[in-house]
Amino acid sequence: MIRDITIGQYYPADSVLHKLDPRVKLIGTIVYIVSLFLFDSFIGYLLAGAFLFGVIKLSKVPFGYIVKGLKAVLFLLLFTVVFNIFLTPGEAIFSWKFITITKEGLRLAAFMAIRLVFLILGSSLMTFTTTPNQLTDGLESLLGPLKRIHVPVHEIAMMMSIALRFIPILLEETDKIMKAQQARGADFESGNLIQRAKAMVPILVPLFVSAFRRAGDLAMAMEARCYHGGDGRTKMKPLQYKNRDYTTFAVYVAYLACIVVVRKAF
Amino acid sequence: MNMMIKAKNLIHEYIRRDEEGNVESINRALDDVSLDVKKGDFVAILGHNGSGKSTMAKHINAILMPTEGALYVGGMDTKEDQHLWDIRQSAGMVFQNPDNQIIGTVVEEDVGFGPENLGVPTDEIWKRVEESLKAVGMLEYRSHSPNKLSGGQKQRVAIAGIMAMKPQCIVLDEPTAMLDPNGRKEVIRTVRELNQKEKVTVLLITHYMDEVINADKVIVMDEGKVVMEGTPKEIFSQVEKLKSYRLDVPQVTELAYELKKAGVPLPDGILTIEEFTEEMKKIIH
Repeated sequence: MIRDITIGQYYPADSVLHKLDPRVKLIGTIVYIVSLFLFDSFIGYLLAGAFLFGVIKLSKVPFGYIVKGLKAVLFLLLFTVVFNIFLTPGEAIFSWKFITITKEGLRLAAFMAIRLVFLILGSSLMTFTTTPNQLTDGLESLLGPLKRIHVPVHEIAMMMSIALRFIPILLEETDKIMKAQQARGADFESGNLIQRAKAMVPILVPLFVSAFRRAGDLAMAMEARCYHGGDGRTKMKPLQYKNRDYTTFAVYVAYLACIVVVRKAF
Repeated sequence: MNMMIKAKNLIHEYIRRDEEGNVESINRALDDVSLDVKKGDFVAILGHNGSGKSTMAKHINAILMPTEGALYVGGMDTKEDQHLWDIRQSAGMVFQNPDNQIIGTVVEEDVGFGPENLGVPTDEIWKRVEESLKAVGMLEYRSHSPNKLSGGQKQRVAIAGIMAMKPQCIVLDEPTAMLDPNGRKEVIRTVRELNQKEKVTVLLITHYMDEVINADKVIVMDEGKVVMEGTPKEIFSQVEKLKSYRLDVPQVTELAYELKKAGVPLPDGILTIEEFTEEMKKIIH
């Protein structure tokens, strides 16, 4: 069950999207997210959806695999939709006792749902097609100017990439600890929320202990492989913009132009 | 200089202090250890838990510093700070848990981590990554995620990661302790090949006896001291002594030993099944 979470995982495939420079993908994701909040008509979302669909097709990541990532945020999604439907003032189309549903509310709820879904799909597509290392390399390079004001950009990037590397390992470990405790009669499934939360404490303690031990081991292994911070380090995969990256930038500009047109026209 | 590793009266103490900094207890993990490892040799260190063998390994990589005595790696004193990175480059270290030493999320990126730290130019990194993955037989997995590999494969990736730094010597600290029998065979075969083909000095720390029968030299440690030293044949012919250090001998050696005790005229120190059958044939005819 816990391994079903696909969000933030890398999906190896041979596609144009996988080969793009991570900086291009990072910028693209930001452009896309901003565009989602600029649209205020269904035509706009149709455009955003078509764009997303096209990119997913290009990425060669199976659609079902991407959609699985939505499971993790289902609750948040429902929460947003319900609140928007019931709490937006405006022209009422249904009302019963203290519950009123307004036209504006429905519209806003639909927009929010579409925005959230697209946002999650769009950003998880970036992590599916970019290895964590590339991602952190991209961030390191984009945030490079901050080094001048003494922000430890390399260290932050390294921490992020290690954290991402250990997500599946720690998930597996959690699973193992839960099974070991269930085998000895622990009950995680029944009871109310508070009882269930309490049942999680005995899982967290061994998990933390093991995470710290792993951290110690990893630090030693990194030192043994001559890691000494970002100074004097070369890159196996240095970032260089290629033709396809410039083309992608052109696509972004075209997409932005479409947004402007759609906003003006509708 | 054909000494790879030279330890001179090495002593290491783990000192536990309470909150005020007073010494609570001193645990002498290494007690007056002197040993030499020649270049190109395959040396195995055997020992029961707590015998000091892992502490020894950490000294060779300058992760731990000697309390007393000295350790030289390729002629460099590990106590001298300016040699630190040279020592770590020339004596690579492979640890027990394969998961906790892989940094990259893709096999080739992990192998490239060491050379990146050394400041090797990009083209050269790619060449080294390819060579070392080929040397451990993992080239076809270069773009896989390490999480999806078996334990033995992960450990071979870790070895490739060390090989890419072009070390003169690899120290393996119980590399097979967490692996299944197949994984163990894979890793040991790889290490032996590297020793023979690439002429890398290997220092294998283990408590599995059958992994050391092909070593050039075996060192047995107990309670921080070197208690036995010699060729596998010399070591394994002293079954009683090994048992007193809580070590087992390979099954076939034990069988030969017991038979000999029961009066069958077998020679000492039989290490392999082939050897045993040869000797038995001689007796029967």
